Amino acid sequence: MILAAISIPQLVVFVVAVAIVGVGGVGLLAARHTVHSALFLVMTLFGVAILFIEEGAEFLAAVQVIVYAGAIVVLFLFVIMLLGVDRVEVPAFVADRNRIVLAGVGVLAVLVELFYVASGAWSTGASSQSGSLSSGQNLGVLARSVFTTYVYPFELTGALLVIAVVGAVVLSKRLIGRREVDR
Amino acid sequence: MGSDPLLTGHLSLAVILIVVVKVLVAFVALLVSVLLAIWIERKVIADMQNRIGPNRAGPWGLLQSLADGMKLFFKEDLVPERSDRFVFKLAPYLSVIPAFITFTLVPIGGSVDIFGHHTQLQVADPPIGILLLLAMSSISVYGVMLAGWSSGSKYPLLGSVRASAQMISYEAAMGLSIASVVLITGSLSTRDMVTQQLGTFFGFIPHWNLIRLGIIPFLVFIVAITAEVNRPPFDLVEAEQELVGGFHTEYSSIRFALFYLAEYMNTITMSAIMVTMFFGGPDGPDPTFLHWLWPILWFVAKTAIFFVIYVWFRAALPRLRYDQLMDLGWKVLIPVSLAWLLVIAAMRVSRPLGFALVALGFLAALVLMRAISIGHERAGQPRVQALPGEEINGDS
Repeated sequence: MILAAISIPQLVVFVVAVAIVGVGGVGLLAARHTVHSALFLVMTLFGVAILFIEEGAEFLAAVQVIVYAGAIVVLFLFVIMLLGVDRVEVPAFVADRNRIVLAGVGVLAVLVELFYVASGAWSTGASSQSGSLSSGQNLGVLARSVFTTYVYPFELTGALLVIAVVGAVVLSKRLIGRREVDR
Repeated sequence: MGSDPLLTGHLSLAVILIVVVKVLVAFVALLVSVLLAIWIERKVIADMQNRIGPNRAGPWGLLQSLADGMKLFFKEDLVPERSDRFVFKLAPYLSVIPAFITFTLVPIGGSVDIFGHHTQLQVADPPIGILLLLAMSSISVYGVMLAGWSSGSKYPLLGSVRASAQMISYEAAMGLSIASVVLITGSLSTRDMVTQQLGTFFGFIPHWNLIRLGIIPFLVFIVAITAEVNRPPFDLVEAEQELVGGFHTEYSSIRFALFYLAEYMNTITMSAIMVTMFFGGPDGPDPTFLHWLWPILWFVAKTAIFFVIYVWFRAALPRLRYDQLMDLGWKVLIPVSLAWLLVIAAMRVSRPLGFALVALGFLAALVLMRAISIGHERAGQPRVQALPGEEINGDS
């Protein structure tokens, strides 16, 4: 049923992308160096972008690379370099029985949730909000649903971001003002 | 894979072969044009500075860059002791590959028939089109950034931190001016951008985006692109008086050559993108004979003109200071391109609304300038930004 619906090239692309995502995710956790972790994160994001393209969501793939790989992880790296956190971290984690049990329960909960999300539409609502992804008119469909059906959430998100930016500016200005008064 | 008629039908071996040949031809053409571009740059700058320039290797020194490349191949390949070895070796490729991928987007000519298959003279025409340019330019930030960091020495690190801040800042202005082109084209595909620009106004003015959009998006784009590829006057990344060689100080041999290659590939690619977006791409007068050749010639000529303009920038303009660079990006280019984007959107809806918006914009600009000048007048007086309850020290 599922296997019949995809062709061999699609299967190959899927396996490669999933391998990239998996290696990236494990590497992100396992790397001893902060910068290496950030690079593994980029690798994961690329794998997800490939999966988006395979689903026919090219626009999402492009936005994924531009916004996440291009801006956010670069800012991570920027902070890592400026703060000089580029040394090997000493693990401060002691594994005792309680922690292992708690971590196991957490992983199990995530797996169960993933299973429900993947298997039934009742937990997520409709399966796709913006119509069929493979219609080839990504941008139009997306824009229409963002600017008509979901215009209030969209505007609210915009307002939230503006508030965050203004807040950051005000806070940094206050710090500068205080420093100059101290001088 | 986009709207190329080659890829719509059944994928036979011949089709795959044609795609491979197109990729190879594009790659080789780009490499050869880099060799020529370096020669042109050295010659033109030498002329502008009253020098002779390279004139030993080959006729007029044409083979000079080839000789330099071979020399770099055979030099010793140093990896610094305190470097992060894997990232150090990875970084040059992160610079070169995005430069080439961006070039594949550019439509070089019309369409031709090879072996009974109809195909476009363009390596790829994906539906996300120009967004791929933005994605690749954000990836090329990694090349510079990781090169500087992994060298494990301080000047490269300073250079790369500068570079990443600069490239992220100018990406916003670049994206906004691309958005205005996308708005008027109604499509992200580079092929659509070119076909939309065919034809003329009144029979003699070309129907190019440069004129359709007003000149402002183009001006913003050329400044933003120059900063994005770290060409002079925005080459603070490798400011040799301050940072030795910037992010590639520790690089030698073929890895250094790769960075050099990436810089020139980027410059040529960006000239080509500029031609595609604002100057009609391969559009131009088309005599009746040799129908397939003329668009390619027009395209190459326009791209070469833009490359020479870059060289001219380098010879004529002094390097900006870092704060001037940031001021130009954030306080001039982004507001101007944002306002112009609004004007273009309004013009698309209705002309009166558009002109009303322009008038309102001028009014707002006047009010803002007045406010800023009042602020400057008050700047001599004690700061009023101290927190409530704290004493104001008038001397500070």
